[in-house]
Amino acid sequence: MKTLIAFWNILKKDINNYYLKPPNISWGIILPLSWALMQLIRSSGNIEIIELLPGLMAMSILFGTTSMLAVTITFERRGHSFDRLLLAPIGLGTLVFAKLSGAIMFGMVNAFVPVVFAAFLTDLGGINWPIIIITVFLIALTSALIGLFIAVSAKEVFEAQTFSNFFRFPMLFLCGLFIPIAELPGVVKPLSFALPLTYGTDILNGMITGSSIFSTVSNILIMIAFAAALFYLCLRNISKKWIL
Amino acid sequence: MTIVSVKNLEKLYGDFTAVDNISFDIERGEVFGFLGPNGAGKTSTINMMIGLSRPTGGSITIDGMDGIKDIKKVQGIIGVIPDENNLYGEMDGFENLCFCASLYGMAKEEREKRAVELLEQFDLTKAGERPFRAYSKGMKRKLTIAAGIIHDPKILFLDEPTTGIDVESARDIRGLILDLKKQGKTIFITTHYLEEAERICDLISFIVKGRIVKIGRVSELMENIEREHKVKLLLNENVNTIKGELENHFSDLKIEIPDGGSCLITSNERLPLFPVLQFLENRGITVYEAREVKPSLEEVFVRITGAQSKRGEVGYR
Ligand SMILES: Nc1ncnc2c1ncn2[C@@H]1O[C@H](COP(=O)(O)OP(=O)(O)OP(=O)(O)O)[C@@H](O)[C@H]1O
Ligand SMILES: [Mg+2]
Repeated sequence: MKTLIAFWNILKKDINNYYLKPPNISWGIILPLSWALMQLIRSSGNIEIIELLPGLMAMSILFGTTSMLAVTITFERRGHSFDRLLLAPIGLGTLVFAKLSGAIMFGMVNAFVPVVFAAFLTDLGGINWPIIIITVFLIALTSALIGLFIAVSAKEVFEAQTFSNFFRFPMLFLCGLFIPIAELPGVVKPLSFALPLTYGTDILNGMITGSSIFSTVSNILIMIAFAAALFYLCLRNISKKWIL
Repeated sequence: MTIVSVKNLEKLYGDFTAVDNISFDIERGEVFGFLGPNGAGKTSTINMMIGLSRPTGGSITIDGMDGIKDIKKVQGIIGVIPDENNLYGEMDGFENLCFCASLYGMAKEEREKRAVELLEQFDLTKAGERPFRAYSKGMKRKLTIAAGIIHDPKILFLDEPTTGIDVESARDIRGLILDLKKQGKTIFITTHYLEEAERICDLISFIVKGRIVKIGRVSELMENIEREHKVKLLLNENVNTIKGELENHFSDLKIEIPDGGSCLITSNERLPLFPVLQFLENRGITVYEAREVKPSLEEVFVRITGAQSKRGEVGYR
């Protein structure tokens, strides 16, 4: 019960302090929307909105989670308020999980913004939404964990920002959203398969546009494995680096 | 009854020894002062006791629990006021307090009630609605203390609670600490200020370069420090011109003229003031004030560490 109170209040504080702040809301919305608009204009209307949807969703999640978590945690560590959390009588796992939850929720909400827009413009019937939701959750989870991983390595906020870009831009281009993985040069292909986002994108592609490389189940399992490994790695690094 | 027991505690950063094999006990309800110059290892010691840092060696027992293995349990009964104010700049006083209370699992009603009480007790009720970022240094310090005690901890750790704030706020804070002592809290406090330690501590330990060089009851320590007597005179004019004359006349006194309007006299014995005053008066110099100057912490250190090294021992209780 006590842990639950602490968990919920950490989550609530992050939502109020960071995720509901206008600049952050706009980040998650403006970038994907302007990208979508650009694609539509460039293709002079020949492209189906629905084809853009997986990319938009993945992008929204990525921009809402990775750098948000990396930056906010680094910010709290710089200002020492993070020590408050480390001093609280709650386990490191609970604390990390509370921090992750905020980013995950934010990423998931962002992911469905383009869906809402798309719903007005095209027919979204026949899509398996439960699977989409699970996928969006897993993408958000792994992206948030990457953000956490960055936060453990960064000392300054600008470092966190730079590291996040270092991860998320290559991820966007290697995950098969813009360039199908089959068309990627042979040397970078293994890199693609080392990214959790690749598998999430594969499910989204499969569900929304109907073409995928792996089966949904194996994609989901691979993502869960990624998440578990990242979570473990983060916890280990945190207890090594944050408790000096 | 011993509530905190530290044995052979050690902290290395790389091959640098920040805390070097220190041991001490704190009795329930006592105020234990940790005095030392910058870089002595005070914060490093506190951080190990509160779970922000892992000891390289040694053991910590707090209220019967292993302070290293069971640190998460220990953290439930301790309150920490760190050297740097670590609340959330964007949240107001009330929100900050409630948030901190929630980390200890306090229910909403309870924590809101406590927050209101504390804001009132710390004279921050009006400032309660302003973001923490907009507080003055003294207010920040007070709120940080309030946040450290909101969950009613048994043991408090204060890291330099009065450093960097004005005299009046510092006095308020000392008052608050003494109140907490009256409530029966056990308090571990680090400070640079000897006077502060004298006023609020039961026990003082001096730490230099990671080692405890002296530890003892305040009364005992103060007796043992053979104080030299130092008096500062405030004058109406510069006495630099007659410094030589003064020194000749009072050959057993040390005379210093730190600035134009004052004169510092040091003596190994209790200082008879009248002859000095008369001497000055005869030369047409008015003395407005004579004030005893207490030895600075550094001076006390020098004497304690000097005396210790002569006897070649390090004192533990
Ligand atoms: N994380 C760290 N890595 C390396 N060295 C450190 C670290 N933390 C502290 N030190 C070193 O350990 C020594 C003791 O530092 P500490 O902060 O404990 O001193 P302190 O007594 O609290 O000083 P102050 O009065 O300035 O607060 C210093 O020389 C400091 O440089
Ligand atoms: Mg310190």
